[in-house]
Amino acid sequence: MQKYSIFNLVKNAFSNHENWDLAWKDPTPKEEYDVVIIGGGGHGLATAYYLAKEHNITKVAIIEKGWIGGGNVGRNTTIIRSNYMHDENALFSEFGMDLWRKMSQDLNYNVMFSPRGIINLAHSDAQMNAYARRGNSMRLNGIDAVLLNREQVKEIIPMADFSENVRFPIFGGLMQPSAGTARHDAVAWGYARQADSMGVDIIQNCEVTGFDVTAGKINGIRTSRGNIKTKKVGLCVAGSTNMLAEKLNMTLPIETHLLQACVSEPVKPILDRVVTFGAGHFYISQSDKGEMVMGGDLDGYNSYAQRGNLPTLQHVLTEGIAMMPFLSKLKMLRTWGGIMDMSMDGSPIIDKTHIDGLYLNCGWCYGGFKATPASGWTFAHTIAQDRVHELNAGFSLNRFSTGHLIDEKGLGTKTWIS
Amino acid sequence: MLHIKCPYCGMRSQNEFSYGGDASVKRPELNKEISDQEWDSFVYNRKSLRGKHLELWQHLSGCRQWIKVERDTATHEIFNTHKADEEIS
Repeated sequence: MQKYSIFNLVKNAFSNHENWDLAWKDPTPKEEYDVVIIGGGGHGLATAYYLAKEHNITKVAIIEKGWIGGGNVGRNTTIIRSNYMHDENALFSEFGMDLWRKMSQDLNYNVMFSPRGIINLAHSDAQMNAYARRGNSMRLNGIDAVLLNREQVKEIIPMADFSENVRFPIFGGLMQPSAGTARHDAVAWGYARQADSMGVDIIQNCEVTGFDVTAGKINGIRTSRGNIKTKKVGLCVAGSTNMLAEKLNMTLPIETHLLQACVSEPVKPILDRVVTFGAGHFYISQSDKGEMVMGGDLDGYNSYAQRGNLPTLQHVLTEGIAMMPFLSKLKMLRTWGGIMDMSMDGSPIIDKTHIDGLYLNCGWCYGGFKATPASGWTFAHTIAQDRVHELNAGFSLNRFSTGHLIDEKGLGTKTWIS
Repeated sequence: MLHIKCPYCGMRSQNEFSYGGDASVKRPELNKEISDQEWDSFVYNRKSLRGKHLELWQHLSGCRQWIKVERDTATHEIFNTHKADEEIS
């Protein structure tokens, strides 16, 4: 594989950049693999990369129905954070933060990781108390957290509405300075390029149509491009998990929902942090191109449509304008939607299943992108060793029947509860 | 925007309704021995199909009645609406 460096950039400039290697190949599926990962999104690509890198398993195929980077890894709002209160989520995400910090070097691909900090705004004394508690829990787990008062918040984001008579005045906020954003497409491409260079077959435009399961063991999969034999299959298809589960006669604690995001026209730099509105569900950051990147609530009903509906967008942007009135002057550039696995407690599932050789990675709700490296790392471990790692032990499938829910916010599919 | 035909009030905009999830889920019968598995399935597990989906909605900003809606989860087409106590074959 060609290394990306300033020297190679200069060298290739002499040939008008026409002689760069392809970032990854387009192989035809082989008859058999040691591991097949279904889903060529961020998590699937990361899983294949860590299988090869950490466990020396390189006879791996990634089966992708569409194309690399066309699903949720290219549709999210690129936020990376580990500001969780519960140990399972906190330790897992903080492990991921470390992988994020090293990612560009590790992948030899600039993922533009920008640790600009995230501020969750508080709009009442009670919310300040709740944030103080969450911040303390975070610090106990070694995560940076700073409780800001109103004046401190005002210094950082003076463009927010600090006037006296607003419905939801800003009392303060909880900040995680090490949180941030990254270029989401680059994350997919970087993992794909490295996985490919280590021998992983990335098979695009290939739909999984069925599974060969005999005597409780997985023996292979059926696809639109032929049958593939394998003893281990990892599902990384958040958004389509229920569809594949149906083919396996499994019913999961997951509903498939639609989440929208949007960007405004590009403007000059005004916001250098990620900010969330505490009296509803709205988050915003500014991209390197200058667009304001915004998102919020689910559309609220089961959906597989990768496009949104206007009432929710209007609701979300109303919150945005309440928080930062200048947004009302901007024109909308693009809106889009992605389909989410909404688990019943709002936390993910990375686990083995009752079928031998079938591993499950799903239920990412709103937070799939930031989990990409940690999810890939722990899922690769779970598949390679046939046992869960302590980092994903809490994300078990049977926690719903045993009562060990990880109810970070006390809501999963039922957004109306909040 | 979805337009949902409330069986009591007629065609109304989605804004007047709130969603109540899969309508095919049945609560285990009272006073009957049930396994943890059955209870688990009732509380948490959902098929969440792509395509035709029977679901509950409440006409919250209208007559406040719960209704059943047959909707396609991929195209958002609404085929039919029923009163909540109507049995659907």
